[in-house]
Amino acid sequence: MTGPIASSQSPISVRELTGRRLARFRSGDVLVLIAFLMLAAIVICALIPATLAPYPPNQQEITLRLLPPGWMSRGDSAHLLGTDQLGRDLLSRVIHGARISLIVGLSALAISGIIGVAIGLLAGYYRGWLDDWIMRLADVQLAIPYVLLAIAIIAVIGPSNVNVVLVLTVNGWVVYARLARGQALSLREREFIQAYRALGARDWRIVLQHILPNLLSAVIVVASLELAGIITLESSLSFLGLGIQPPTVSWGYMLADGRTYLLGGAWWVVTFPGLAITATILSINVLADWLRDVLDPRLKI
Amino acid sequence: MWRYIRRRLMLAVLTFWAVSTIVWGLLYLTGDPVAVLLAGTPAGQTDVEQLRHELGFDQPLPIQYVHFLGGAVHGDLGKSLRSGEPALQLVSRRVGFTVQLAILAMSLALLVSLPVGIVSATLRGSLTDRTLMLLTMVGQSMPIFWVGLLMIAVFAVELRWFPAGGAGGIKYLILPAATLALYPMARIARLVRSSLVDVLNQDYILAARARGLREALVVGKHALKNAALPVVTIVALQFGYMLGGAVITETIFGWPGIGLFTVTAIHERDFPVVQAAVVLASGMFIVLNFLVDLLYGWLDPRIRFS
Amino acid sequence: MREPPLLQVEDLRVEFPTPKGSVRAADGVSFRVWPGEIVGLVGESGCGKSVTTLALLRLVRLPGRISSGRILFKGSDVLMLPEPEMRLLRGGEMAMIFQNPMTALDPVFTVGDQIAEVFQAHPNLRTGDVRTAAAAILERVRIPNAKAQVNAYPHQFSGGMAQRVMIGMGVAGRPSLLIADEPTTALDVSVQAQILDLLRAIRTELHTAIIFITHDLAITAQLCDRIVVMYAGQVVESSSTRDLFHAPRHPYTRGLLDSMPRLGQKRARFAQIPGQPPDLGALPVGCRFAPRCPRAEARCRAEEPMLTPSGDAREVRCHFPLEAP
Repeated sequence: MTGPIASSQSPISVRELTGRRLARFRSGDVLVLIAFLMLAAIVICALIPATLAPYPPNQQEITLRLLPPGWMSRGDSAHLLGTDQLGRDLLSRVIHGARISLIVGLSALAISGIIGVAIGLLAGYYRGWLDDWIMRLADVQLAIPYVLLAIAIIAVIGPSNVNVVLVLTVNGWVVYARLARGQALSLREREFIQAYRALGARDWRIVLQHILPNLLSAVIVVASLELAGIITLESSLSFLGLGIQPPTVSWGYMLADGRTYLLGGAWWVVTFPGLAITATILSINVLADWLRDVLDPRLKI
Repeated sequence: MWRYIRRRLMLAVLTFWAVSTIVWGLLYLTGDPVAVLLAGTPAGQTDVEQLRHELGFDQPLPIQYVHFLGGAVHGDLGKSLRSGEPALQLVSRRVGFTVQLAILAMSLALLVSLPVGIVSATLRGSLTDRTLMLLTMVGQSMPIFWVGLLMIAVFAVELRWFPAGGAGGIKYLILPAATLALYPMARIARLVRSSLVDVLNQDYILAARARGLREALVVGKHALKNAALPVVTIVALQFGYMLGGAVITETIFGWPGIGLFTVTAIHERDFPVVQAAVVLASGMFIVLNFLVDLLYGWLDPRIRFS
Repeated sequence: MREPPLLQVEDLRVEFPTPKGSVRAADGVSFRVWPGEIVGLVGESGCGKSVTTLALLRLVRLPGRISSGRILFKGSDVLMLPEPEMRLLRGGEMAMIFQNPMTALDPVFTVGDQIAEVFQAHPNLRTGDVRTAAAAILERVRIPNAKAQVNAYPHQFSGGMAQRVMIGMGVAGRPSLLIADEPTTALDVSVQAQILDLLRAIRTELHTAIIFITHDLAITAQLCDRIVVMYAGQVVESSSTRDLFHAPRHPYTRGLLDSMPRLGQKRARFAQIPGQPPDLGALPVGCRFAPRCPRAEARCRAEEPMLTPSGDAREVRCHFPLEAP
């Protein structure tokens, strides 16, 4: 809460959220621009990898194995980022790796978001035992450290690309459910909702038409903040061999694969995919923060 | 306050029971637990049936659950499929390593993040603040396995200051702890900053200044104690995740804690061990949360006296 | 008013940088307060009353700053004081209490602890054990069971009691000037009366002058000796309470009085001042009240009026002030 001073200040007109803010650029926004360009580049890699990559990602050339990056003395400019232990071009693999990370990440985000919001709305709107049980389930799930839970589930259902999305969804639904539930709880007591109910409006209509729209901007902010975590978890699982399976090219797996050669001095096999993951996560984080500032800085998420 | 403690305790016990049940239930996710246990190994039909009978999976489900609960109460969470030893004992032997790692990592994280957060908050808007926050943003974005590998590349391979893995004296602990510390360090620094900035905007801070208090006292006494509350929660959460196996870090550095043990068990399809590890880690996490609830109750008089 | 004023604010300007340029939340504010008198500082939200009083204690929130003016307190310019002396002044000779006691008291420390801080920060006040002194303060503001309540936390008090605690903190330093920023706004009407009583008692017992900030003119009639009316960062009228209510001279004051509901009033709708206060970042040329003033003429829109004396200890900022009835 701002103190007594704030109300008597109001030196400028009330800050209008989306429109005006988007138009005004400040120094912090340079970083946002960079993040946006970085993410755009990654998305382009995900969309047209075959066009951008100089080589097919799984093409092996044993004679050219473990070449350092192009600019170094023993390197070959034909392989700008070097090659891995099977002679596969690193740049091409990094470019191809973007696709699966983004697909898995966005799918998990969308599914966990939809399911989480739906569950939360049900819990908040109907309350009673449904609400109790759902919230207890959430609490219990959160009592299990999430990495362990993820790998335990994979251990049972087996590693596969689809199962990764499943596990990420299981990991992610709670935060949306809590958000939606909170919103449903606070709105259901409001008079306009009660008026609609008195008029005989159907429940699902009330939820969809009146409660959901109020939720949207918060959900978008939370989702953008969650995306980074999802990609991190996915690449961690892939690193452990429990995530994206070869022959699909994934950055996490590339790191696991190249690990042994690190000790022999081949640092590039591990550095570039790691850099790609970091760049992705960093740009998402920066954009998510910016999005939160634009949509509602008071959200306190 | 006592009502609060009792409620929290009951909640903790119930949660632990529920977690154990869920972990027990994991094996049944695909329908046939025996198929899961034997996946990948060639086994004739008779072997399958024999195993099913041996492990009690041919009994009705509720009976199986009762057996599980009965055993669990005595500390029996099944036996390792590989070595035959009791799973819980196997896992508990590794806990000490993980706890060491977690404590050192969290100490490191706090050592850096607290001053950074405080400095950033008090110098809010300055170049120092923005630079520090940018650095923490980067730190939060670097996946832990990459950080670990980079640490190895730089400090173990290039500079040869520390070993690249294994266990032994404290020098084996430094790189893993530093790796594990990075994310919490960044996260906590940001949180300290935002919490402190929020607090510094409060009326009671203005009122404290209006009483004539020195700025150092205003920040050091009033601001910090109020800002501490949300920070404590997150610190505990992060510590709990560390205890939850520090899976990746231990894997990279070959640190023999429960995280590495669990991953190995998964690759060897030794499920009782996996289950025991998850239950143990969750148990520690639940205890930790309970202690934090107590601490919070003590720190915040609004909870203590209500 | 033969003695010199306790407080003399001269041409105070407080500015805030904004993307659109510098905004003056207080623009040439001048007024005086005599020892032991209760002055009401009245105006709408955003008129600059809070900023002005924060400036008196040099507690204007960054990035705002005091850009010019003088604040003479007991003869010396507050704005020239070195910080350590300023700190002694705060909570000592000049104290401030705030609108919402629930947010102005630190929730994680006992009220006794916070009152004791005043004594710890002002060594000249220390007479023995600070806890006993704190309990004495609570007694003074009529908190029942003061000795036990010293160890209570703010959330354990009701709104009215908490406000008394805050007033206690304010007077612990035996101030010559107490600034009360809307202390009754967050309280029930019945509790309001008690707080006003308390403030009157403080004035009588300690000879403390009080600046009472409010947006509610009606309360000032009960409490204040004089009233200073502010609008859009400036003082537009100042006079004794009696004179202000009987014969306001500034059209804005007239508007405020007209919009006060009164017992026995027959009108169905309340009179309002049409329009809104101006955007301080885009002030009109000439008189700031002209756009809403029923008496505005061409001169008002071209030339800004100055604050001029107008009769016995009165000042008005208007080209065409209202005549006495």
